[in-house]
Amino acid sequence: MKLDIILSGVGGQGILSIAAIIGEAALQEGLHIKQAEVHGMSQRGGDVQSNLRIASRPISSDLIARGTADVVLSLEPMEALRYLPYLSQTGWVVTNAAPFVNIPDYPEVGAVLADLQALPHVILLDVDRLARDGGVPRAANMVLLGAASPILGIEYTKIEDAVRRFFGRKGDEVVAMNIRALACGREAAEQVMAARR
Amino acid sequence: MKEKLLLLGDQAVALGALHAGLTGVYAYPGTPSTEITEYIQASELAAARGVHSRWCTNEKTAMEAALGVSYVGRRALVCMKHVGLNVAADAFVNSAMTGTNGGLVVLVADDPSMHSSQNEQDSRFYGKFAFVPILEPSSQQEAYDMMGYGFDLSEQCGLPVLMRITTRMAHSRAVVATGPVRDQNPMSFPADPANWVLLPVNARRRYNALLGQQADLEARSAASPYNKYTDGPRRRRGVVACGIGYNYLMENYPDGCDFPVLKLSQYPLPKELLRRMAAECDEILVLEDGQPFVEEQLAGVLPTRCRITGRLSGALPRAGELTPDNVKQALGLEVRTGFAPSEHVAPRPPALCQGCGHRDVYEALNRVLSGYTDYKVFSDIGCYTLGALPPFRAIHTCVDMGASVTMAKGAADAGLWPAVAVIGDSTFTHSGITGLLDAVNSNANITVVISDNLTTAMTGGQDSAGTGRLEAICLGVGVDPAHVRVVVPLARNMDEITAIIREEIDYRGVSVIIPRRECIQTLKRHAREARDQKKSNEA
Repeated sequence: MKLDIILSGVGGQGILSIAAIIGEAALQEGLHIKQAEVHGMSQRGGDVQSNLRIASRPISSDLIARGTADVVLSLEPMEALRYLPYLSQTGWVVTNAAPFVNIPDYPEVGAVLADLQALPHVILLDVDRLARDGGVPRAANMVLLGAASPILGIEYTKIEDAVRRFFGRKGDEVVAMNIRALACGREAAEQVMAARR
Repeated sequence: MKEKLLLLGDQAVALGALHAGLTGVYAYPGTPSTEITEYIQASELAAARGVHSRWCTNEKTAMEAALGVSYVGRRALVCMKHVGLNVAADAFVNSAMTGTNGGLVVLVADDPSMHSSQNEQDSRFYGKFAFVPILEPSSQQEAYDMMGYGFDLSEQCGLPVLMRITTRMAHSRAVVATGPVRDQNPMSFPADPANWVLLPVNARRRYNALLGQQADLEARSAASPYNKYTDGPRRRRGVVACGIGYNYLMENYPDGCDFPVLKLSQYPLPKELLRRMAAECDEILVLEDGQPFVEEQLAGVLPTRCRITGRLSGALPRAGELTPDNVKQALGLEVRTGFAPSEHVAPRPPALCQGCGHRDVYEALNRVLSGYTDYKVFSDIGCYTLGALPPFRAIHTCVDMGASVTMAKGAADAGLWPAVAVIGDSTFTHSGITGLLDAVNSNANITVVISDNLTTAMTGGQDSAGTGRLEAICLGVGVDPAHVRVVVPLARNMDEITAIIREEIDYRGVSVIIPRRECIQTLKRHAREARDQKKSNEA
């Protein structure tokens, strides 16, 4: 198997936790991993991305080539659009629909969402709202991960295990909240996918 | 104890050094090298062994302290970003002249494409300039393995070894299998103590010895386990793939290449292997991240009938990092296009955090300076460089560590008024103090703002060398005590701050204003740590 994921968002939203959990699950599956991160200046509220590559064969490049990403996983809708040139024609976009507006010239939100809706394979969810309604307002990133879980090709229970290990040292309460957030995202995504069929 | 760990390239370097018997790591924070020292600071093995890991004031003090460790026969690692080697250059180049005793590895993390830097200089040129061996790992596993290899190489050759990585190696994770853990070296003094006294009489002898070593260093490169020549039947074009350039090549040929490939991870250039490739191929394509270090040298090594292509020929872009796509193009392979870019994407530049004290500093400066016509604000390297962007547009220069103070002085010498410098606390102790002394000595008419957030913020909140002593340092350098002013940068103090800035601009001489308020990020972190601590105490 080969799974090339571009994770995107705004500095501070928590894309690196998502990357770490998917990476952890893949490691347990005995898969090869490469994950390139962005540190430094861009973390100050700028756009951030991480290239996460998982495969059953050894991986050479740390970066994903244009037109070859299987998934763009984004915590912010405009940041999802930024990586369209990297998305394979058969690839999926899984993104938060709630914009993070911290620039004066943020495009019209309706137009951003329309561009996303026009893609052949997209899961567009207001992850912030789902997290609030689900009683897990601080785990929006886990809701997004749950939403992506049907297309990651990694068993859901393995992702749950990885979430447990990742948050384990923060106590049972935090683990349970994040597992709930994961399930909440998965359920919402399954509804979207069923409606599209 | 062999394990498999998922590590950043930086962490692989750190662990490799610890397992190779490191005595001390010496560094000033700088993206993308910072995580090496941080990993060692958090390591249980390092703590158990008493490995030195405290941050240094700048890269030059780091390099010199590491050379001191080497002098007494023990192993030292110096880490810095590429521009840090400019600061450490005097010590670095001369450490090849003294030679080393204990193993000394100088790890420099380059930043092609300037993700977080002001240029994309390629540190391999420094290694060649200083006549020392250079290592350039292609994978996180090699980064780990090369630390032990590098220390051994340093001790065998009696020279510092430059290990060069780039952002994509430093900040990318992969699985690393660890090896045996070696003991630290006992203390021992250099066999030939005169080598370490670089008076001309000794330096001339040492320089000849260093030149005489070059053939041996090249032979070691040719035999290096990290340089690999793979033959192939299609000989129209051979490829030299340096460091992580090898990965971008192999990404396209998962089952191996059917043309000759030289994987290059150790220098000086193994000319014999390159001549072999030139004899067998019509063209050599050079894939190297950073500047055309190998491509330029090949012109002097190879027969002219062999065409050399790479960044100089235009086969690859002259600037910016290697990517899977520009390498595909250079190899003549199809580059896929993906989806068309959306029109509804705006740039999202980084910005100063909400609640950051630098914001209040720039707000105050802008209010005061809008009353003057020919003022300039010289600034420096750090989070506060973001003051150049909207909404503040408050600074006019950012060049190198410490340049704010000295450029303001030069401009004031030449007649500019008001000449204002804005520098952070960590940058001030890194390279601003000597400039302030120059300004005091010539009674320059400048106003220096040391925006003190009590940390090295841009790189993630490391300790700052002068915390708690900035006023004492300024007074010690000779600034008039009446013109060292401390304020708290908060909106409610705006009237007081602007009044003080006005007074100090009007004072004809050196004044220092220190707006002091903790970085909002470290403040949050400290609050979180205190909360966790309280929780675990209660449990």
